[in-house]
Amino acid sequence: MLRADAVRKSFGDHEVLKGISLEVSEGEVVCLIGASGSGKSTFLRCLNLLEQVDDGDIWLDDREITDPRINVDSVRREIGIVFQAYNLFPHLTVEQNIVLGQVKACGLSREEARATARELLARVGLSEKGSAYPDSLSGGQQQRVALVRAIAMRPRILLLDEITSALDPMLVGEVLDVIRDLRRDGMTIVMATHEIAFAREVADRAAFLRDGVVEEIGTAAQVLNAPREASTQEFLARFL
Amino acid sequence: MTTSDRQLERLRYRRRRTLRRAAGAAVSTIVVLGALAVAVLQSPGWDRVHATFFDWGDAKGAFPDVAQSFWLNIRLFLVVEVLVLIVGVAVAVIRVIPSPALAPIKFLAVIYADVFRGTPTLLIVLLVGFGIPALELTGMPTSLFWLGVIALTLSYGAYVSEVIRAGILSIHPTQWASGRALGLSYGQTMRHIVLPQALRRVAPPLLNDFVSLQKDTALLSTIGLVEALRSAQVISGRDFVFTPYVVAACFFIVATIPLARFTDYLTVRSLRRENGL
Repeated sequence: MLRADAVRKSFGDHEVLKGISLEVSEGEVVCLIGASGSGKSTFLRCLNLLEQVDDGDIWLDDREITDPRINVDSVRREIGIVFQAYNLFPHLTVEQNIVLGQVKACGLSREEARATARELLARVGLSEKGSAYPDSLSGGQQQRVALVRAIAMRPRILLLDEITSALDPMLVGEVLDVIRDLRRDGMTIVMATHEIAFAREVADRAAFLRDGVVEEIGTAAQVLNAPREASTQEFLARFL
Repeated sequence: MTTSDRQLERLRYRRRRTLRRAAGAAVSTIVVLGALAVAVLQSPGWDRVHATFFDWGDAKGAFPDVAQSFWLNIRLFLVVEVLVLIVGVAVAVIRVIPSPALAPIKFLAVIYADVFRGTPTLLIVLLVGFGIPALELTGMPTSLFWLGVIALTLSYGAYVSEVIRAGILSIHPTQWASGRALGLSYGQTMRHIVLPQALRRVAPPLLNDFVSLQKDTALLSTIGLVEALRSAQVISGRDFVFTPYVVAACFFIVATIPLARFTDYLTVRSLRRENGL
């Protein structure tokens, strides 16, 4: 469904992605692991076209979305992304955060959008918080709202950029529950994460990134439990 | 690593698109400006307007006098800008300090901002220019220059204090928290953490007020200061031409441009530093 082929990206003289390829099929959960600075976040941002690639292609089904003639807004509506720092809009209530994109970008009616927002908020256990402002919520609650905001757009694929990294272990659990739930519904997910145990549990496949290259890729069980590459073994050893 | 053909094609396409858009912008600009020029130049009264407002000879004749008196405008606004910043920061800080002991001063600060923001600047100029000397108080300045400075400072200090207060209030509470957490006092946090960020954030609206202030130095002609507008008026009254006004206008425009570019520079610099752009 989503295919990246030899994607390269530099910031100034620093080459962050040195030709990354990855293929994601419908309904699959792929996790990206690797040290900070290995290129996980940049790669996800490239997939969402938030960063313009320097070379290589990204395909969504049979459309090449790295083509400059493509309408990036319509592509982004099909690819949701959730950031490490939540990035909720602080001047809008929780419900308005979720409604805005549905109404303005997808052209839904306000009533439909509200209904979706309420239903999804109930699913993540935040029914009471619709009229609260983001800054009054805990980190875990904010991140669940951010997930709902992304899901409400009915994306075909969801990119998660270390969404639990800013949370304490208590709050991590409630966010991961939402992702388990999404996986049961068959959502296609690419997630950068440091939660190796969780990755073992939900991911179908795993890729280990180092210095802007995919060092090892395979089933989650193989890469995370029995890595072949020495660099992967060394990285995973630190989590034991 | 060589660039792929596909990427080269993308770069070519983007370059062509940029050129196409630039060409479109250039053409539409030329058409709009050309149409405006034609409309003005073809208007029935253009010859008269040209002779009265845009006469090269008159302009050259008025230039030395207007230039000399514009030096007064420059001195006025340079002094007032410094004083306005001081008054603005002081009043803004007084208004946001939560201390109850300062209540009377805060009350005065609120009244000051309300009254002087609500009064037309021209009225303040007249009241200060003619009112203060009439009090015959000892120690009060009688020079028109300083009376003008006081009037403009009172008026613009009130505006600027509100701009700066808005800036201070827009700084996220976490900045206060981390300043205080380092053991800095309220005043130190304000001085070293909050105010620098607030002033940077409000630099564009602050510039707006300063530009407005530079132009309003012309209001001081009403209390008898012979600044650029007044000297243009004198020449205009003597020779029955309006070109000196246009000359004076040019001086005011030119004086605001350095300020505008300087603020642009500051804005871009802080964006680069703080957002890594």
